[in-house]
Amino acid sequence: MIYWLFLAPVVAGLVAVATPWRPAVAWLGATSSAVVLVLGVAFAVRVESSGPVGTGVLRVDALAAFMVIVIGAVSLLATVRSVSYLTDEVANGHSTLRHAALYSTLVQGFIAAMLLAVVANNLGVLWVAIEATTVVTTFLVGHHRTKSALEASWKYIIICSVGIAVAFLGTVVLYLAGVHAGIANPLDFTALAAHASMLNAPVVRLAFTLLVLGYGTKAGLVPLFSWLPDAHGQAPAPVSALMSGVLLSVALSAILRLRVIAVGALGVTFPRVLLLTIGIATLLVAASLLLAQRDLKRLLAYSTMEHMGMMTVAAGVGGPLALSGVLLHIMGHGLVKGVLFLDAGEVLALDGTTRIDALRGLLSRRPAVGAILALGLAGLLGLPPFSIFVSELTMLRAEAGAGLWWVAAIVLVVLAVILAAILAHARTVLFGPSKTATASPVSFSAPLGVALGVAVWFGIVAWPLAHLISLAAKVVA
Amino acid sequence: MTTFANALASAAVVVTVGAVVVLWRHRLRSIVLALAVQGVALAVTAALLAGHEHDRVLFAVALLVLAVKAVVIPGLLVRVVAATPGARESDPLVNVPASLVVAGLLTLAAFIAARPIVALVGGPTGRLVPLGLATVLIGFFVMVARRRALSQVVGLLLVDNGIALVAFLVTSGVPVIVELGSSLDVLFGVVVLRVLLARLTAAGFSDLDQLRSLHD
Repeated sequence: MIYWLFLAPVVAGLVAVATPWRPAVAWLGATSSAVVLVLGVAFAVRVESSGPVGTGVLRVDALAAFMVIVIGAVSLLATVRSVSYLTDEVANGHSTLRHAALYSTLVQGFIAAMLLAVVANNLGVLWVAIEATTVVTTFLVGHHRTKSALEASWKYIIICSVGIAVAFLGTVVLYLAGVHAGIANPLDFTALAAHASMLNAPVVRLAFTLLVLGYGTKAGLVPLFSWLPDAHGQAPAPVSALMSGVLLSVALSAILRLRVIAVGALGVTFPRVLLLTIGIATLLVAASLLLAQRDLKRLLAYSTMEHMGMMTVAAGVGGPLALSGVLLHIMGHGLVKGVLFLDAGEVLALDGTTRIDALRGLLSRRPAVGAILALGLAGLLGLPPFSIFVSELTMLRAEAGAGLWWVAAIVLVVLAVILAAILAHARTVLFGPSKTATASPVSFSAPLGVALGVAVWFGIVAWPLAHLISLAAKVVA
Repeated sequence: MTTFANALASAAVVVTVGAVVVLWRHRLRSIVLALAVQGVALAVTAALLAGHEHDRVLFAVALLVLAVKAVVIPGLLVRVVAATPGARESDPLVNVPASLVVAGLLTLAAFIAARPIVALVGGPTGRLVPLGLATVLIGFFVMVARRRALSQVVGLLLVDNGIALVAFLVTSGVPVIVELGSSLDVLFGVVVLRVLLARLTAAGFSDLDQLRSLHD
């Protein structure tokens, strides 16, 4: 049953390899994402009514179903925009038909690898899937084939390979702890979590640290984050949207699952100290690099780091309230950041640059592009009625509720600094006089508008995600 | 010490010495050769454990390791070296004597970090785990201290070999399906890196100092 999830991306990917590229191939890719979204909803309904699906290597519990929905939603947005992105690239000669076909194939492979990562109930399969996302996305990051794109993809694969190697070492060490505790299937998440108290504590401490550092690399966490702004800045906009919107959250969700095992074996303190340290360090690094940022796409990339840091802090605090905040944040951030990267891609395509000081007057020059940027940034900064407002408030409440006032205070101060910085940058880009105003096609503004609408919807009415989120939060609380 | 323990220790030592040879030699061809020898030593480690535990699957894994790490990956790299003009590590950021001292310190650190694992595993295999960790750490050091793009790939492969050694020693290898998946991923990764290396060379980059256009 779970294998059906992979059918649509595999078919769409194979078609893109086998047939000459034309817009229909890209539409097929978008259809495949829609199928993934529908299957995610179907799994969610099934899990809510009769519990987790699957027992072996692949398993869909509430968290996996939720992540499949997030992957489906953000990929639908990105693949729909890929249609006109690729059509334009081919039309103006920036991309050959072969490159467009390669792009379509790799995006489907990327989505399939992320799906495998979230439904994996086995540490080894999880590792293989996350490593596969790196291998597949390297060429997507380098799609433009400029010197800068080449540099970004080199840094991306080297740094992420280091991270993923560290995660493999952590996997081996955790496996060792499982073998010595006499667990029958020592790579199985459910088995490890059930018998966590039997695991050797010093060995688990080493393993968890290695795993958090390793998967944290893919989640954009300190210390191995330097690939992130380069890759997000150079990748085609739909790929940046996918990486920022879901790939990083997929890696974070792996850390959430591993944390359950660590808490079972070590108690709450060690995982909390580790995640709080890494999360706060990530927040501070992101804030300091946001302040003087001169490029819109890099600005968005550092903002993603900020949000990942914030979620890591909340995960460190733990408990159902904090984790439901994290999950709602994954959804809200995925949608809004996806929209913003696609909007920045449109800016790059039209103006030929994403340098902040070269974009003045966007709102009057290109009203639709400017308005989407303004709304997206409002959502990103956590203004109501966007769902990020609700999820940030939930995470802060959980932090304060756990007696960690100082953590909530640090997060609030960093948020205020970032708010001021992004508002200042946004003022530069959005406002300013302009003699001409160019309209944007509906094919651009409609999908982005719908995604923003969904992000607002989840900020006002929790239905239909609330129950799934509370179930999923229980899985990892 | 039994013959088994001696043979196992020798194979593990060869893996770590291979990492030191990478630090010591300048010619890229010798560096790739050192990687291939490491691959053979890893395969021997797996085969010894397979013989000791009468585990046929592990023996198959040993053959897989031999094919991937001793033949295919070095083969891919040799072709890059052949295409690189003046195939030498031109003055590394840290000179060779200093690098060797660092390698010694890293080995010491590996012995300290591995204590919980050694305590848990024990026996002739557990004692050797620090050698695998030392290889991992030396691999990281190669990645930060060398300028050639190829050297970063070599450093990454040292890390990978070190982890493989740890995996064989502590648990006689992770389950075969994971081993298969990870070998395939690593192989694909090396293929991707090779393509990127070719593009870097075509774009006129020869060392990493030239990769400086993206920064804040």
